[in-house]
Amino acid sequence: MTFNRKTLASSIALAAATLMASGAQAQMSDSEVRIGYLADMSGTYRDLAGPGGLAALEMAVEDFGGEVNGAPIEVFSADDRNSADVGANTVREWFDTRNVDLVAGLVASSVSIAATKVIEENDGLGIVSGSAASSITNEHCTPNHIHWVYDTYPLANGTAKAVVEQGGDTWFMLTADYAFGHALEADVTKVVEENGGEIVGGVRHPFPTSDFSSYILQAQGSGAKIVGLANAGADTVNAISTASQFGLTQSGQQLAGLLIFLNDVHSMGLEDTQNLLLTTGWYWDMDNQAREWADRYFERVGKRPTMVQAGVYSSTMHYLETVAEAGTDDPETIRAAMAERPVEDFFSRNGRIREDGRMVHDMYLARVKTPEESTGEWDVYEILATIPAEEAYRPLSESQCDLVNN
Amino acid sequence: MTMIFGVPLMVFMGQLMLGLINGAFYALLSLGLAVIFGLLKIVNFAHGAMYMLGAFATLLGLQYLGLNYWVALLLVPLVVGGLGMVIERLILRRIAHLDHLYGLLLTFGLALIFEGTLINFFGVSGSSYPTPTALEGGMNLGFMFLPTYRAWVLVAALVVCLGTWFIIERTRLGAYLRAGTENPALMQAFGVNVPQLITLTYGFGVALAAFAGVLAAPLYPVSPTMGSSLLIVVFAVVVIGGMGSILGAVITGLAMGLIEGLTKVYYPEAANTVIFLVMILVLLLRPAGLFGKEA
Amino acid sequence: MATTQHLTPAMQRQRNARLRRNGLYLVLIVIGLLAPLAIYPVFLMKVLCFALFACAFNLLLGYAGLLSFGHAAFLATGGYFTGIMLASYPGLTPELGILIGTLAAVVLGTLFGVLAIRRQGIYFAMVTLALAQMMFFFFVQAPFTGGEDGLHGVPRGELFGLISLSDNLNMYYFVFAVFVIGFAIIQRTVHSPYGQVLKAIRENEPRAVSLGYNVDAYKLVAFVLSAGLAGLAGSTKTVVFQLASLTDAHWHMSGEVILMTLLGGVGTLFGPVVGAGLVVSLQTQLAQSPLGNWVSVILGLIFVVCVLSFRSGIVGEIQKMVRKNFK
Repeated sequence: MTFNRKTLASSIALAAATLMASGAQAQMSDSEVRIGYLADMSGTYRDLAGPGGLAALEMAVEDFGGEVNGAPIEVFSADDRNSADVGANTVREWFDTRNVDLVAGLVASSVSIAATKVIEENDGLGIVSGSAASSITNEHCTPNHIHWVYDTYPLANGTAKAVVEQGGDTWFMLTADYAFGHALEADVTKVVEENGGEIVGGVRHPFPTSDFSSYILQAQGSGAKIVGLANAGADTVNAISTASQFGLTQSGQQLAGLLIFLNDVHSMGLEDTQNLLLTTGWYWDMDNQAREWADRYFERVGKRPTMVQAGVYSSTMHYLETVAEAGTDDPETIRAAMAERPVEDFFSRNGRIREDGRMVHDMYLARVKTPEESTGEWDVYEILATIPAEEAYRPLSESQCDLVNN
Repeated sequence: MTMIFGVPLMVFMGQLMLGLINGAFYALLSLGLAVIFGLLKIVNFAHGAMYMLGAFATLLGLQYLGLNYWVALLLVPLVVGGLGMVIERLILRRIAHLDHLYGLLLTFGLALIFEGTLINFFGVSGSSYPTPTALEGGMNLGFMFLPTYRAWVLVAALVVCLGTWFIIERTRLGAYLRAGTENPALMQAFGVNVPQLITLTYGFGVALAAFAGVLAAPLYPVSPTMGSSLLIVVFAVVVIGGMGSILGAVITGLAMGLIEGLTKVYYPEAANTVIFLVMILVLLLRPAGLFGKEA
Repeated sequence: MATTQHLTPAMQRQRNARLRRNGLYLVLIVIGLLAPLAIYPVFLMKVLCFALFACAFNLLLGYAGLLSFGHAAFLATGGYFTGIMLASYPGLTPELGILIGTLAAVVLGTLFGVLAIRRQGIYFAMVTLALAQMMFFFFVQAPFTGGEDGLHGVPRGELFGLISLSDNLNMYYFVFAVFVIGFAIIQRTVHSPYGQVLKAIRENEPRAVSLGYNVDAYKLVAFVLSAGLAGLAGSTKTVVFQLASLTDAHWHMSGEVILMTLLGGVGTLFGPVVGAGLVVSLQTQLAQSPLGNWVSVILGLIFVVCVLSFRSGIVGEIQKMVRKNFK
């Protein structure tokens, strides 16, 4: 019996070990270009990047011909479940066991910051497409990653500046009460005041909040012309729909969304979001080039792409072209070579990669159309103005990134 | 202008009204939990999921079947309540003889399944449901602009809560229910079909959650995760009030809504946590809960 | 069957049982020492951290009969405190950082424990869930946690100022040692007279009270011990992954640890270890497969199946089988 128990215990351990080991099979050959797509495939950011971003990446690989100078391109993906340690772990495993050459996707800021640290440790290359945090190329910058699509700086600044210039000079801030919201609030406050506006009041609401009625009522009582939403995701969505129920816009106030995406506007509908001002890095219907790509994407996915999904395609293409030209997939060489090439495609205008890893490109101020103006389900933005690349992003002179010599 | 602790009276009144409306949701949900707990002795962790299913059924009913709000208000609680009865018959009944903690775990698993499945089909962004035409617009109460729909939510929730209280405390069915809570074996001996009563009770509790979900659909974005975080707050409400009394659950729910509403004006940073703080206070001062009967 | 003949065979049996147990531990330790040669060490470390977390949770549920739905709070507290200390004081060695994190969890555990043991059964579960949710909101808001972005850049440092933990193998053996210590504490507790009283309380609380035991004190000690070990798991995890994030504080995490314990076997020493290994492997496997979106549905299904027809868990069922066939 002694014997039996022991064998049993060890065979359980062995069985468990075998099961675990299969998660970590080593693949050795290096005649391939391997791209790992890490994103939230099932949670909050699913609609912003998610499976649609993977489809965009696969489109880029197919359009490129599926190989670089004879080396086949392999694409794999994982769901980070919005968890920094799952994300960091996955990336670490990709380096240790799959020799990943490029980590793409990268959506939730917490995951991106954690993942880029691992990428730096392993001397790899990462392109962050979905994250909002401007810290990714500021205090968290590394020589091993590039931030492609947008960050909070142009979103907050672009919108705030434009709104004040249009006469919206008194603001009430609705701020999510955590680091992200505070940072956004500080950015906006600075821009509003610099341009002659004034912050007349504000409220810091807990994150997350589902019922905004109390805060909307406080905003209405403030008499401010503009209600700035320094929050994100579900909070922004909740705030906007509550504002519409309480007739905030009818009573002469206007909402300014600081972090709001196509998928949010689409899911809320134009009734609630009409006339909202926002800044975007790209819009599918902004010109012929964009439309042409968006049509191909639509055929494949059945939705119109968000700026993040378009950015995944654009960044992957830029990467593959650079690899083909350089004839190597050595991360350091490629990172330098990518920065030397201007980024000019259906997604990016006047784009270039700065030394802090920020890909700066033209941004756009948009207004959400009214239901009467819209001609279809996805016809939601009117582009009001272009914010030139060099003005849109945080200037290098304010950078805290170690790679920038200040 | 009259001020209350530095806040104009009008704003204060407006906030109280909004707090009461949120409290109505807490009341409806904790009422459903109390009804189920009474007979089944389990805490229905799937309650938040049922609330969410109620809202989703309303949304999908409109999108795919063209059912308007009023039809949904009647039909959705019946359908989701029916689903609840099926769950009770097929699954919960099998563990009725076990420690009630297993009921909590089982319903937690069910909640994960419902939530995860809907996320896969509809994502988490949430969709908006149009306010029913008859309840569009709002009224000026003098101290605030109250959207008609919110006024309706308050009235509807209170009517349903009081109706439930009436059924349980004043009708024969309710008498059976209360007796079944005290001594199911004796009830069975008197010829009452207790298993059937249990199924109906669970169905009814779930239907209350679904009803709350229908009410919520035009207010909040309808998303698969709308139920889970709300449920935890409702749990705290239930700990504060105790699940022994129907009226107690309703009163506690409304009161917590009011307290939360006031916190949003005076110290919004704590709006998410104030109910938990009240819970701690109650645990320290009156561990059995305000209306609790347990030892 | 020899029933009441002599004392020697009984003592003999006990001695045999102890020998067998020690033999088993030895085999497992050897497996643990050799494992990183065959399996990816970072993955193993993750499993060990969660295994310790689940063992700590099991101490409370399996041996004291208390279902805590808020254990994520302790995991996160340990993680955040260790992370902050190590990130802000570069001179601090990792073992001290972990100690501080663990102590923080002990303090929180005492506060929670005092509140939660005032209610029983289902209410206990709801109270712990609510308290943990409150901590979650605290971690979101607090300036030092980085909110949604999490706390990053925690250095692994050098153990006792001597051994560099940047090397995955060194790190692994350190984590393994932490796990063995934590496990040994639990094993000793369970088999001590104190553990026997806990079991008596679990089986019949009124009887334990009438026997003169201060039931609340016993429960509180179990709660604090469990919280501290959960904090130790969280602290160690932070050092391994060099970050602490809100995921660890979310109620999903409290649910996951229940699932690990339930799947492996509530009230068995090795159950939580097996359960943690399986759940973590499953998550890793699923995340990279087309079924990646279905993780939470699959976890939910396992929950339902476990509760309906597999309540003893894997280790529990095996023990039953062994007892039936070999006795």
